[in-house]
Amino acid sequence: METIPAVNQLESTAAVSASAVIRVEDAHKYYELGETRVHALRGVNMEIHRGEFVAIMGASGSGKSTFMNILGCLDRLSSGRYLLEEIDVSEHNKKALALIRNEKIGFVFQGFNLLARTTALENTELPTLYAKIDKTERRKRAADALTMVGLVDRARHFPSQMSGGQQQRVAIARALVNRPSILLADEPTGNLDSRTSVEIMDIFQNLNDKGLTIVLVTHEHDIAQFARRVLVFRDGKIRKDDPVLGRPRASEVLKTLPTLED
Amino acid sequence: MNYGALFRSALIALLRNKMRSVLTVLGITIGIAAVICVVAIGNAGQARVQQQLNNLGDNFVWIEAGGRAVNGVRTGTHDTKTLVMADAVAIKNQISLIKGVSPNVDDPVQVVYGNQNWHTSYRGVSPEYFEIKRWYVDQGALFSQDDTDRAADVCVIGRTVREQLFGVENPVGKVIRVSGLPCKVVATLHPKGLSLSGQDQDDTIILPYTTAQKKIKGITWLDDILCSAVSPDVVKMAGQEATAVLRDRHHLRPEEEDDFNIRNPEDIIQAQLDASKTLTILLIAIASVSLIVGGIGIMNVMLVSVTERTREIGVRVAVGATEAAIQLQFLGESIMLSLVGGAAGVLFGVFGSYLVGQTLGWPMEMSIEAIVVAALFSVAVGVFFGYYPARKASRLDPIEALRYE
Ligand SMILES: Nc1ncnc2c1ncn2[C@@H]1O[C@H](COP(=O)(O)OP(=O)(O)OP(=O)(O)O)[C@@H](O)[C@H]1O
Ligand SMILES: [Mg+2]
Repeated sequence: METIPAVNQLESTAAVSASAVIRVEDAHKYYELGETRVHALRGVNMEIHRGEFVAIMGASGSGKSTFMNILGCLDRLSSGRYLLEEIDVSEHNKKALALIRNEKIGFVFQGFNLLARTTALENTELPTLYAKIDKTERRKRAADALTMVGLVDRARHFPSQMSGGQQQRVAIARALVNRPSILLADEPTGNLDSRTSVEIMDIFQNLNDKGLTIVLVTHEHDIAQFARRVLVFRDGKIRKDDPVLGRPRASEVLKTLPTLED
Repeated sequence: MNYGALFRSALIALLRNKMRSVLTVLGITIGIAAVICVVAIGNAGQARVQQQLNNLGDNFVWIEAGGRAVNGVRTGTHDTKTLVMADAVAIKNQISLIKGVSPNVDDPVQVVYGNQNWHTSYRGVSPEYFEIKRWYVDQGALFSQDDTDRAADVCVIGRTVREQLFGVENPVGKVIRVSGLPCKVVATLHPKGLSLSGQDQDDTIILPYTTAQKKIKGITWLDDILCSAVSPDVVKMAGQEATAVLRDRHHLRPEEEDDFNIRNPEDIIQAQLDASKTLTILLIAIASVSLIVGGIGIMNVMLVSVTERTREIGVRVAVGATEAAIQLQFLGESIMLSLVGGAAGVLFGVFGSYLVGQTLGWPMEMSIEAIVVAALFSVAVGVFFGYYPARKASRLDPIEALRYE
C-alpha cells in the first residue's frame, strides 16, 4: 500500500467545521411511472457539517441512491429544501447546477466510470476541462490529485491496464481534482474485494482527516464502521442516525488482513 | 469549455473508430468531389461555347441567297441570282443598326503550290469581312478596298491551307493557283479552330469578291451578305430591317416568299450555352443529393456514437459539463467529420477535373470560390446533421446515463 502524502489544500477547510455543508429539510422525491407513483424519499431531515464522514446504509430500494443524486445536484427534490453551503439549490437552473457539480462536488461511482482509452492523468483532468483553468494548472492539479491517491506513477496508464482498486483510486483523484467541498461515493467498494475495499477506505479516512466532507453509501457494515457517523435509510426515511464508536483505522485493519502472498 | 481540449477529444473519438469515420466521410467526399468536377467541367464547356460565340463574328447577321423553302424543297444558295452587290450597299446605307457589310461568294476549290495540291474552299469578300468575323492577320497585310475594286489576284490563307501547301515555308508573297488562277498570298490568318458544326474554319482561302465573281466562279450575283450589327441586342432587329429592305428591292409581293434567308447561328450557340448552363445546374443538384446522403450518414454515426458513449456523457455531466459543452463536443465531432470529408472531396474534385480536362483537352480552371463554397458547405452539413445527435446527447439524464449498460 502506497502512503498518502500530506496535501495542504484540504487542511484549510477543517478550520470552518461548524457550519452545515449540507442541510436537507422535509425532502420528498416521487417518480411518476404511468399511473403509479413511486415515493423514493418520504420526508428526510438531516444536516452534515464540514469535515464529517457519513456512511449511509439501508436495504435495497430504501432511497439511498436517490438521496445521493439529490445531494450531488444530479436530480431535484419533488418537495422540501436542499441547502448546499447554506444556499438553496432547488431553484437553480441546469447551468448553475452544472457549475456547482463542477466546483463543489466530487463523485465516486460503484462502476468507476473512467473514460476508456484515456490515460489516468487525462481521466483525472476531466472535471478541470469544464472549469476556467489553464492547461498547465490543469496538468498540475491532475498530477497532485493522482499523488493524493498514490497513483502518480500510473499517470500514463489506461484503465484497461489497471486493477479495479487502481481504477477506483483514479476515480477518487478525478473527484478531488477541482477541490470540492464534499465527496459523494455511492457504493464505491461494491465492485472490489475486501482488502481493496479497506484500501479505498484508508484513502477516504486520510482525506477526511485533512478536512474533506465525505458521504458514502454502502451495504457492508464493516465498511460503514470506517466512517464517523452512520445513517440508516428505510422506506425513504432516515431510521437511525448514530455516531460510530470505536472507529477502526483502515491502515491498522490492513495490517491484519492477509495479502495474496500469505 | 476549453476549445483546445474539445478539438483534441473530438479527434481522439474519431480516430478511435478509424474505419467507421472513413466510411462515414465517404459520402461527403464523393458529394463535394462531384460538385467540384461538375462545376469545373460545366465552366470549361461554357467557356468553349462562349469562345465559339466570339469566333462567329461581331454581332453577326447572315443573309443567305435562296428562299427558305419553295414547295417544301430548299432551292439552295447557288441557284438564286437575285442577291447582288447593290443589295449589300443598300443594307449598309439604309440600315443604321448595321455597321459593317461584306458580300460573300464561295465554292469548293483545288489549290496548287509547286507540287503541293490541296482541296479546300474559297470565299470572295470585301475587306470589311475580317472585322465582321473578328479574324486577325498572322503574317502579311490584308488586301485593300483598292484590290477589291481592281479584282486583284491576291488571297489570304487560313492556317490549315498554309500548313498543307507551305509547311514551314513563309507563304507571304508566294503565288498559288486557285482553280487555275495564279494568286499572290498577301497574308495568313490566325487560327480560329473548329466551328460548332465541326468544320475546320481555317481550311479556307479568302479573295476579293470581285476576283471570285469574275475570274473564278464567273457570276455577277452573290451567295451571301454578311453583316455586323451595332450591338448584340439589335441583331434580330437588324435582320428584320434587312428583310424589309431586300423584299422591297426584289419587288416581292406580300404573298411571295423571301428569295433570301436570314440565318441566326448565334441563336444556336446561345441555345447551346443555355442548355449547358441548365445541364450544369442539374448535375450540381444531383451531386448535392450525395452530400445530403453523406450528411445522413454522419447523423447516423453520430447517433450511434451518442448511444455508445452514454456513460461517458453521464460522467461528463456529473463532473460539471453543461448542456452547451456536451452539445459542442458532439457538434465538434460531426463538423470535424464533414470537414475532413470535404477536404478530401476538394482534393479528389480538383484531381478529377484535372483528369477530365486532360482527357477532353479542355482548359480547366479551378475556381477558388468552388473550393471555399465546398468547405463552407461541408461545415454546414456537419452542423445541420450533427445538431440533432448533439442535442440528444446534451439532453440525456445523467442518472440514467450513468446507469446505462
Ligand atoms: N428513475 C426512477 N424511476 C422510477 N423509480 C425509481 C427511479 N429511481 C429509483 N426509483 C425507485 O426509488 C426507490 C429508491 O431507489 P434507490 O435507487 O434510491 O434505492 P437504493 O437504496 O439506492 O437501492 P440499492 O441499495 O439497491 O442501490 C426504489 O423503489 C426504486 O425503484
Ligand atoms: Mg443505490
